[in-house]
Amino acid sequence: MVRLTINGATRDVDVDPETPLLWVLREQLGMTGTKYGCGVALCGACTVHVDGVATRSCVLPVSALTPEQAIVTIEGLSPDGSHPVQQAWLELDVPQCGYCQPGMIMAAAGLLAGNPNPTDDDISAEITNICRCGTYNRVRAAIKLAAADSDATQNG
Amino acid sequence: MTRVQLSRRHFVASSAAALGGFSLGFHVPFHAKAAADAAPAGIPEINAWVVIHPDETVVVRVARSEMGQGTLTGLAQLVAEELECDWGNVTTEYPTPGQNIARDRVWGSFSTGGSRGIRDSHDYVRRGGAVAREMLIAAAAAEWGVPAAECQVDKGVISHPGSGRTTTYGKVAQAATTMSPPAEVQLKDPKDWKIAGQPLPRLDTRDKLTGKQVYGADLVMPSMVNAAIKACPYFGGRIASFDAQAVTGMPGVQRVIQVDDTAVAVVAATWWQARTALDALPITWDEGPNRDVSSASIQVMLEEGLDAPDAFIGTEAGDARAALAGATRTVSAVYAFPYQNHATMEPMNATAVWTPERCEVWVPTQNGESSLAVAAEAAELPVGQCEVHKIHLGGGFGRRGNFQDYVRQVVRIARELPGTPVKLLWTREEDMLHGAYHPTTRCKLTASLGPDGQVDALHMRISGQSILASVRPEGMVGGKDPVVFQGLTADNPEGSFGYTVPNLLIDHAMRNPPVPPGFWRGVNLNQNAIYVECFIDELAHAAGIEPLAFRRRLMANHPRHLAVLEAAANGIGWSEPPPAGRHRGLAQIMGFGSYVAAAAEVSVTGGQLRIHRIVAATDPGHVVNPAQVERQVEGSFVYGLSAALFGECTVSGGRMEQENFDSYQVMLMDSMPAVETIIMPSGGFWGGVGEPTIAVAAPAVLNAIFAATGKRIRTLPLKNHDLA
Repeated sequence: MVRLTINGATRDVDVDPETPLLWVLREQLGMTGTKYGCGVALCGACTVHVDGVATRSCVLPVSALTPEQAIVTIEGLSPDGSHPVQQAWLELDVPQCGYCQPGMIMAAAGLLAGNPNPTDDDISAEITNICRCGTYNRVRAAIKLAAADSDATQNG
Repeated sequence: MTRVQLSRRHFVASSAAALGGFSLGFHVPFHAKAAADAAPAGIPEINAWVVIHPDETVVVRVARSEMGQGTLTGLAQLVAEELECDWGNVTTEYPTPGQNIARDRVWGSFSTGGSRGIRDSHDYVRRGGAVAREMLIAAAAAEWGVPAAECQVDKGVISHPGSGRTTTYGKVAQAATTMSPPAEVQLKDPKDWKIAGQPLPRLDTRDKLTGKQVYGADLVMPSMVNAAIKACPYFGGRIASFDAQAVTGMPGVQRVIQVDDTAVAVVAATWWQARTALDALPITWDEGPNRDVSSASIQVMLEEGLDAPDAFIGTEAGDARAALAGATRTVSAVYAFPYQNHATMEPMNATAVWTPERCEVWVPTQNGESSLAVAAEAAELPVGQCEVHKIHLGGGFGRRGNFQDYVRQVVRIARELPGTPVKLLWTREEDMLHGAYHPTTRCKLTASLGPDGQVDALHMRISGQSILASVRPEGMVGGKDPVVFQGLTADNPEGSFGYTVPNLLIDHAMRNPPVPPGFWRGVNLNQNAIYVECFIDELAHAAGIEPLAFRRRLMANHPRHLAVLEAAANGIGWSEPPPAGRHRGLAQIMGFGSYVAAAAEVSVTGGQLRIHRIVAATDPGHVVNPAQVERQVEGSFVYGLSAALFGECTVSGGRMEQENFDSYQVMLMDSMPAVETIIMPSGGFWGGVGEPTIAVAAPAVLNAIFAATGKRIRTLPLKNHDLA
């Protein structure tokens, strides 16, 4: 039995502790918003937050996690899609097929949490998720929009 | 020769019998009887395309598959435009392939590829909307006892100005289902469009932001089991043996199942357990007849074709061979384009339930009818006892159209577990090793240059792989694969050559290595545009004429090609020098019914390429959603530039070497240029937008690299070249 804290709830999961977090989320917990893309931490489709840090869950065995660590998935980023990153994504109609987008959004939210006003170079360096449909320019624009909206909220 | 080809041939045979072939023309039965006979009772279906509920929800049925290209939204806009409903009430749903057959193929083709979604179905989906509108108005008029011609409709509200009465689509929808459809409807002139032609947001965005969107890989069913699979990675090889006993005791493992003579699957409670056991499963492969095939041997095979006497002629004018033989000055170059993998973000997958009486499949597919035909064949059941449920695709790009190998596999596995739902998900490695690869070709171009820089003769010899010969042999014409000549044929509305050369010969020496080829977003337009547009740039340089002016001289008879080229050039500021350290390149082509051009601006510093911006111009005739066209142009550049910069599948020992994104690199955010999209619909025709612009990104960049470095890159990808 492995104890995890996911989206604020304590979850006890009966699973081989070497199972990657991605598959515990998808198969034991039925949270399929986090995607399998490559299985080797290259594409970023499996990105979640662990203690606020964007983390690729496909190579992270749950044995490496403690019950105290806060895991946040796309399902828990906001209760209703109202996170500034999700709002910016909606405003700019970013997704195409959408398969990589939960990972993109989690990576972007992670970036903004640590760097509220990222430069273009920051975005290029930090957002290394793969999108084959080619949404990169809109992802970049949406990150900047989310940063600007967050600024406005804080200032106003 | 290969597993893919075998199942494809079976599919063609069974689909032709079961589905009446895939003729493009078909009858759309709008008459009331067809609708009334077939529509399930209680659903307020006005006709096959339109269902309107009492709460005013308008459900538009869309036969084509949504894989990111925005076709759900675009096709719904066309229906809604003629329907005159309130766009805010519109949702969409997929009819199933089984329903399509049961209803005399009322929805036409389900095939989603070749940038055909809108350009092939705009007419009949608009008619579907217009017929439904007339039936709804007729229902209101009948209720009021007034002539339908005296009624008006705006945003789903029907009114009769003479009496002041109003009602809504939702209120009359049930009555409208019994109205006779009009014999004829007049479609709107696109200049009068209010919903179509607008840059509306996509209808399917919201669930993609919260993780709620369900893809095939996400499907969960009660009592479902999971399968992971390994097929023989050697092209033409098969299983020699495997030791199921070695993994039968592993956690969750239920079955080890051989699939045909080429693959073995492990079925377990969870996919992670299945995959873990599969990795531990000892398998010995029979490498088959192609173990000596390599990228080097394929190169030799294709190089032989560059000068071989046997070739199929695609385009011919005058006598290019004679003109070149007598020319005082010729320029010649050889180009090459490697194998590419589609690498959709969602690996191949499908879910099936099989019983001796029925087989159902849930699958992300670009062609539900292909999936159905393959499922029926694998299930060994009549098509009428099978059904396919389409699920949103995590990318398609051509991989999920003709090739339904994963459907065959999951049904064969499900046959071993009657009544139990089985989800098959490929690993990324399986996906990379079992592609339907963008074919490899090489091209030798030779042209004569006159004293004033005029091009009197051009011979373009393509040597390499035919897709149709392997995938759709019934599409061959006298042994020739016409698709090889995409963008290179004279006066072809699908893709015409944009230059006038008095002595022109474009021919193809077919050389088919034993690697399964497939339709890959942009198909043969990709490399054809590189070959032509980079060579034209070489000729301009050899003639000492600036590349845009050089092209203009050859394009007087091709005003639409020239118009997009001029627009892209103007957009990047071609007539003014670029900023210090930056260099520019141009390219144009026509394909998938649209005219496209690009102008790229790059810098090369210390051997490091940076693509700063690309201006793209597109003339697709009519534009249904300019915002989605912009996204397709940007996205196509990512796909095309990924191939140009990094993409390469190499063959060694009869199999592909690349197994994941470490060795098959794709473009990331850091190399993405700014893209400015110019949409310039000239009307009068309907072109596609999902693919054509792919083709101009790479040659525009390669020409800009030449301007920056003086280096001609003729063999892709760029990662193999030193630009310093």
